Amino acid sequence: MAMILEIAAQGAQMGLVLALSPLLVGLTRKAKARLLRRRGPSLFQPYRDLLRLLRKETVLAENASWLFRSAPYLIFAATWVAAALIPTFATGLMFSWSGDLIAIAALLGSARFFLALAGMDVGTSFGGIGSSRETMFASFAEPATIMIVFTVSLIAGSTQLSEIAASTLSHYELRVSFGLALIALAIVAIAENGRIPVDNPATHLELTMVHEAMVLEYSGRHLAMIELASALKLLLYLSMIACIFAPWGMAPAGAGARALGLGALAYVAKMAVGGFLLAFFEISTAKMRVFRVPDFLGAALMLGLLGTLLLFVSRSL
Amino acid sequence: MERLYFDVAHLFAGSLVLMSFVLLYQDRMTGLINVFTMHAVVLSLSVGWQAYAQNAPHLYITAGIAVLFKAVIIPISLQNMIERMGIHREIEVVGGIGPTMLLGIALVALSLAVVLPATAAADPLAREDIAFALSVVLLGLLMMVTRRNAVSQIIGFMSLENGLILAATGAKGMPLVVEISVAFSVLIAFIVIGIFLFRIRERFDTVDVQELDRVRGSTK
Repeated sequence: MAMILEIAAQGAQMGLVLALSPLLVGLTRKAKARLLRRRGPSLFQPYRDLLRLLRKETVLAENASWLFRSAPYLIFAATWVAAALIPTFATGLMFSWSGDLIAIAALLGSARFFLALAGMDVGTSFGGIGSSRETMFASFAEPATIMIVFTVSLIAGSTQLSEIAASTLSHYELRVSFGLALIALAIVAIAENGRIPVDNPATHLELTMVHEAMVLEYSGRHLAMIELASALKLLLYLSMIACIFAPWGMAPAGAGARALGLGALAYVAKMAVGGFLLAFFEISTAKMRVFRVPDFLGAALMLGLLGTLLLFVSRSL
Repeated sequence: MERLYFDVAHLFAGSLVLMSFVLLYQDRMTGLINVFTMHAVVLSLSVGWQAYAQNAPHLYITAGIAVLFKAVIIPISLQNMIERMGIHREIEVVGGIGPTMLLGIALVALSLAVVLPATAAADPLAREDIAFALSVVLLGLLMMVTRRNAVSQIIGFMSLENGLILAATGAKGMPLVVEISVAFSVLIAFIVIGIFLFRIRERFDTVDVQELDRVRGSTK
């Protein structure tokens, strides 16, 4: 019986992230538009877009291989599994013990690998340029991620997100390393999701685009899968930041229905705040040149390294 | 309570190291001066906290001097200086920010590796302040080495001096006279460097120190 309940809670978490992710994208777009004094599309526009894409016919290039056709599903699956490993409204969910931060980084890395391959598969020049840029950014973002993981897990004594959240909740103290890791993770999240200083998700301008260039050849249900996967990725990063740095309101392991409901409410509120902050950040900065991005991500790497070093100081005293 | 004293001191001293890195990252003149102002503000917060934690009221005077000179007078006069020289819009060519940052991290690691074992018997508050102060000093030196523009080298020198103040206030029982004399000697150094800057510009029409190679007669 307890097993069934656990599976139900895990299933609810997976359903929740899947259902919420387009809403988060819609919220960010709406908030950006309102901050720029435009009206913006409805909050539910991403759902409508996805439904329409699912109904549309899929057009494939003649020289597209099996890889091109299967990549969207692989990307979506890897991203969803990674999202399922993150405690959203409750710690101690069933899957959260089967994977840790490093597993999440690896899953996202393999999703990106397939996306870059698919971008090059059809052989158009845009796909190639998008893939090469994505790979360049990834080679800076991955070490930064690893350093952040080190910092956070040295503080909490574990790489399991559930335990990190529990340790943050139980003894909250003033730590520079924690702040540094937060800034670094925010930078990595912005770069990984192709948000404004790095990439503009709203345009198809060939000089600057990264993510859009890779998925330019996709249509119909394949595009729907990729769009949903990138929405999930945005939600995943926001949930990860919320889970590590602001785990308040999260239901502890084995909590009752009331705590779970409260946790879900707190989670939705946190995501709304996160989406708004992201929109605010995006309208207050300008897109940077592609060759400035390594500096931006290098700053994240530096912050992660510095966080680990400072932690050693406070530990050794 | 002991823990809180340490944590806040750690926060301020760590932020000072972070500000040194932000200085290394900047390549615009006005941005550099703004970050230097923040560097000084963080320093005075750190000194103020040390005054509170060590119960040493004379350190409040040091914090006041730091705010007055380093966060107000020097940034304003630097700003005037670069505007008079017409380089306030200039972007400095720095040879690769990424490698400089990595070098900076290596220097921080080096100073931690040197200071922490060497001061094993001292008070944790002082140990940590001295370790971070050495990193700030080394980062200031690194900035002076990697920059070509004389104005950013001055800022590197000033940030190095902030590290010295941090070390001096971390150690218990440093007399006020020492700190005041350090502050004034830096002010004098600043004035002298300022005069030199205008002399360099008069002779070479630039403050790019690579142009000084001409004087040495090196032929490239």
